Formats: sequence, C-alpha cells, structure tokens
Amino acid sequence: MKHTLAVLVENRSGVLSRVASLFSRRGYNIESLAVGVTEDPKTSRMTIVVDGDDHVLEQVTKQLNKLVDVIKVSDIGGDEAVERELALIKVAADVSARTEIIQIADIFRARIVDVAPKSITVEVTGDEAKIQAIEKLLRQFGIKEMVRTGKIALVRGPKKV
Amino acid sequence: MTTGSTEKVNGARALIKCLEEEEVDTIFGYPGGQIIPFYNELYDSNLRHILVRHEQAAAHAADGYARATGKTGVCVSTSGPGATNLVTGIATAYMDSVPIVALTGQVPTFLIGNDAFQEADIKGITQPITKHNYLVQDANELPRIVKEAFHIASTGRPGPVLIDLPKDVQNAEIDFYYPDKVELRGYKPTYKGNTQQIKRAAEEIANSCMPIIYAGGGVISSNASAELVELAETINAPVTTTLLGIGAIPTEHPLHVGMLGMHGTKYANYAIQESDLIIAVGARFDDRVTGKLESFAPNARVIHIDVDPAEISKNVEVQIPIVGDAKQVLKSLNKYIKRCKSEAWIEKIKQWKKEYPLTYKQMSSDVIMPQFVIEQISEACKDAIIVTEVGQHQMWAAQFFKYKNPRTFITSGGLGTMGYGFPAAIGAKVGKPDKTVINIAGDGSFQMNSQELATAVQNDIPVVSVIINNGYLGMVRQWQELFYDKRYSHTFIKGSVDFVKLAEAYGALGLRAERPSEVRPAIEEAVTSGRPAVVEVIVECEANVYPMVPAGAAINEILDTEEHADTPCAMPDLRTAKADRILDLEEQ
Repeated sequence: MKHTLAVLVENRSGVLSRVASLFSRRGYNIESLAVGVTEDPKTSRMTIVVDGDDHVLEQVTKQLNKLVDVIKVSDIGGDEAVERELALIKVAADVSARTEIIQIADIFRARIVDVAPKSITVEVTGDEAKIQAIEKLLRQFGIKEMVRTGKIALVRGPKKV
Repeated sequence: MTTGSTEKVNGARALIKCLEEEEVDTIFGYPGGQIIPFYNELYDSNLRHILVRHEQAAAHAADGYARATGKTGVCVSTSGPGATNLVTGIATAYMDSVPIVALTGQVPTFLIGNDAFQEADIKGITQPITKHNYLVQDANELPRIVKEAFHIASTGRPGPVLIDLPKDVQNAEIDFYYPDKVELRGYKPTYKGNTQQIKRAAEEIANSCMPIIYAGGGVISSNASAELVELAETINAPVTTTLLGIGAIPTEHPLHVGMLGMHGTKYANYAIQESDLIIAVGARFDDRVTGKLESFAPNARVIHIDVDPAEISKNVEVQIPIVGDAKQVLKSLNKYIKRCKSEAWIEKIKQWKKEYPLTYKQMSSDVIMPQFVIEQISEACKDAIIVTEVGQHQMWAAQFFKYKNPRTFITSGGLGTMGYGFPAAIGAKVGKPDKTVINIAGDGSFQMNSQELATAVQNDIPVVSVIINNGYLGMVRQWQELFYDKRYSHTFIKGSVDFVKLAEAYGALGLRAERPSEVRPAIEEAVTSGRPAVVEVIVECEANVYPMVPAGAAINEILDTEEHADTPCAMPDLRTAKADRILDLEEQ
C-alpha cells in the first residue's frame, strides 16, 4: 500500500542524503521524493511516497524521526489532502499531429510550453491518475522524453502537519 | 569555566576549550597532517592524550572508557586513512549504543571534493554508523557543534557522533563563546514513561504467573541496575540478561538465570519460551537472542521499556510499549507493582537450574579447559572489569565469570568486533585506574590489535590480557565442526606467534600457563605485577561453546553435547607450538 509522508527537515546540506540512505539501508522503497524550502527558510519539506504495509510504515516513520535533522514526520495519506505532481512531456509531433495533441492538452488543462518543428512539450499538473492518463493518450504520438517532479501534498483546511 | 565570556582563539584552541567545557579529561588519538593544528594546541593543554598505535584502537579505547565510566569517550585522528581507520570502532560503538565523540582532521574546505591528498568523505562514510555527524565549514560554528555533539552522543539512546574538522577551520580565528544549551528542533528524547502505560504494565505484571525480566544494555547505560533488581525482587520474577546486559544483576543473585539466546543457559531459554509475560528493559530482541522469531516465546505478552521508540515492535510484537529511560520508567513502575503468584514458576526454574547447569567436561586431567581459565580469573580477580575480544572466549567469559556490578563486563555485542577487547581494556583502565582490568582474549582476536601493547607500555596502563590460546579461530572452527562437516577451512592459526616473547618485545610482562596448576599463579602474578601483561594459556584446542542454539533454530532447540569429547584432539600437541614453529621455518 502506498503512503504519503510529509517530512519537515532542517534546511541544511546533507539532509537529503541522510534520508535517502536511510531508505536504502533499511530496504524501504521510495516511490517518489520531492523536496523544497518552506515558508520558514530554515525548514525544508519533503513529500515522500513509500510503498509498504503498516509495519514498514511504522518503522520508516520511527527511523526518520531518529534522524537529528528531521523535525516532524506525518502520514497524510489518510487525511483529505491536496496532492499534486507536475510533469513535462515532450511529444513527437509533426504538423499533422499537432492539433490533436493540443486538443488533448486542453482537455487535461495542460499547457503547451514549447513547440518545435518536430516536437511539442506539454506541462501538466495534477494527481497521479491524471498524469498517467495524459501520458497514456500522448503515447500514441511517441513520447521522446518525460520528467516528473514527484508528488507534493498539503492537508486540506486550516490544519498543518 | 569560560561560559558566557568571549575570547579570540583559533579553531583548534576553541576545540580544546570546548572539550574542557565538556569536562573531558582524556582523549585517545593519533596525529597526522590535517589534524596538526589541533595537536599543536594540545601541546599546551592539560588534556591527557593517549597516543595509540592504530586509529582503530583510539576509537575502541574511547568506547571502553565510555562503557567503564559512563562518560563520553573521545578519539581523534587525521583525515583520510586516519579517519577510515576509526570506522570499525565507530560502528562498534553505534551497534552497542556507546557515547563517543570522534574528531577527524579534514583537508582544507577549498580542497574538499578535489580528491586531495589524504581526503576521504568521512561524513558520508560514517552516516549509517553514527547517531549524527558534522562537517564544520565555519569555525564560528565549532562551539555550537561540539556542544550539540556531546549532547547527542550522551542523551537518549547514546551513540557515536563524528565531527570532521577541515584544517583551515582549525586555523581560523574566532571569538570563542561556549553556548549554555543546545537547540535541536528534531532531537527531543523521551525520558519519562507514559503513566497510563506504566499502570497498565503493573496490572499486566500482577496478573502474570510466569513472568520473566529480560534486561539489556539499556539497563547498564541508564544506570538502572538497582531499580531492575528491586523490580525482580518485588514481583518475584527471574531475570535473564543479554550479552550487553550482563552485570545488571549479580550473576549469583537467586533470581538471575543467566544470559539467554544462542549461547545462553538452557534454563534462561526454557524460561523465556514458557513465560506468559516478558518484561523487556533496554533490550532489542536481537536475532542472537530470539532465534527463530516465529517460535519465540509463543505464549508471552510483552512489556517493552526502551528509550528508542524505533526498537519497539521492530522484531517482536509488543502489547505494552513504554518509551522512556530505563531508570526513570523502572522507578515509577516500581511504585505500582506487587508480588506475582509466581512461586510455582520460580520452583520450576530452580528445577531447570539443577537439571541443566552451566557446565563443561574436563577432557583429560592435564589439559587446560578454557572454561576453567575463566573460573580461575573469576576467583582470583573478583572485582575486576572484564573486557573481551570476540569469539568462543567471549562466550565463556560471559558464561563463567561471576559478575557483581554493572559496567564490569565490556564486550562488542552488536558488531562482534575482533580486536576490540585490548584497546577497549586500555580505555577502561584509563577511566577506572583503581580497578583491575582483564582483557579475556583469543589467540586470533588478540593479534588484530596486539600493537597496542606499545600504547599500554608507553603510557603505563597495566592491563592484563589473558589469551585463551587454542590455536584456532575457535568460533568459526566450532561452526565448521558442527555445520560444515569438520572442514576447517582457514581457521587453523596455531603457532602464529610466541605471545610471551611478543609481550616482552614491547616491554610488557609475558607469562605462559600450560597445565591447569599454572593458570592461577600466572594470573595472580600478572595482576600483582602492576605492569601491562600478557598471560598466554594453552588450552584444549577443540573445546566448544555450549549450550548452543544453531542460527535460525528456535531458542529451546539446544545443542549441548560434546560429541567429540572422547576423541583425542586431532591436531598436534599445542604445547609444542614453539618447536613446531621452528620446524615450519626450517621447512621453508
């Protein structure tokens, strides 16, 4: 089962490596990891999607909490949360395919961010299912390259992690 | 104390002032190019520095010092190979939760990442084996970092912390100011147990008829032995200890059932298997303790007291978790407990003790049995601190010495580091100069750090090493005998060295015992000499450690027969080791 963890950490060099190596050392699988600074410049926030049962999740949480640079770990998978991911998809597009690709992008409220004679780059934001859906539809034209940020998430309402 | 005032000093001097603020009196180390500024300032300081002969020994000595005294041990090395030589010692301390601070020199900040001479990414290397580590990039941060390092190393679940010190940071001038307190948002250990949970534990104990207390190294490190014994006596429950928990309760206490697990007593293993309640204190249900997890203590409910929440329910499902410091939790638990209805249970354990005593077979009248050596040490040096290397001798030392107090058995449990014992014994003796310190060693292990004889002699540290010489890497040989069809692949090391001459070459006292009657006098002579000493005891070469639970078996599936007991030793007589060595040399 997939869990989404919001992890507040000290904004210092080496913290990402500590977290990543903890996962590899203990044999936990990271599905995705996104990190960036928060409203407080001394704090970064990681959103980690981890695959595992409750026992694994409990151990991951406890082991993360043992890291001195980790301030707080919350499992926000159970909460009502806004979850987003951003993907850039470069699609092979000659003139004949261009219209159809733009239509698909429109339906997904995605944006065209680059156009060249033989390619179009689409920027799409959404939850995992949406990204997968547009990827599937664009595949028929040939995806040349694709990059995803990994999921970020915030709990809905005034509650903080 | 200069807390609060400021003063202009360089980073190296600042570091020494920090160590003084932390009331460090002794450090163990070895200089080198990138740590010279520190050693330059050390020259004028009152800190005692013990110069070792290999950095690994500095880390082990700091560890032994910490375990014997309860204070934080400190070791120092240069960058690159100096720092990597500390790694085994740091990993040893990490696995056994020992508070040490390791200081390493590093190439100047502007060279980091350049593959400079003697550069190693020691922060990266030690990340998984330290509780926390630092690379100091600005000398102004040094006092805060040292303060944090000592705080982190010694609080919560203790452990090693490393501080990497680039040479330019050691040379940079700063306004020295030592902070009064640390501010770590992500580090707040829990000491006081949850009162509701403690009350639930007391109820659980009251309802138990077959309780057992399972005490680990956490009891020693939080100085909770008195509280542990009070708990056992009040509720009338047997106490079993892990290897690191030895000394938490006196060996001869009537409620003590000895060590459990792979080489535990039969009655300890039977008791925990049949118990209806396990009260685990500062222990982590290691695989050497539980054996096959699925069949471990099938009827027992579990109360687990541990300062590290990550240990709770890691291996064994726990019904009543109590996160907190062993001493504090036991103190408050002891207020709520009452005597269990455990008379029949205690009686049953007494029967087991009678039926399956910890014993060994004398193979022939003139051969020295290794267990006999431990018994002799136990009688001759009742109040000694026992330090061990790793292997068969370590298990015999755990089984046959009669311990009275905590912090008198010092051994590498988690990592199982051969070569640990001798330098750790040096550290223990430095920390506890009034105590007799005996390093019980094997002939294999001792050779891993025998160069430290020079350290002991130069610094006049009278540690006695008793080498149980069976001419084998005995524990591996035992496994080869029992599980690999007696194929003794590369475990025969007889005649490696004349240990008496080795000791003498370093200026230490060297003695040898070859018959049972010579053992006690040799030990006594070594102890009373007041000098660093080595006692080589030539023992039966194929004695095994029993009882033994094979790896992966349930802990009540116990081997305890000396199948080969009546067959003569397959190897040539060890007592002529010297002659054989000469022959070998001649053949070459």
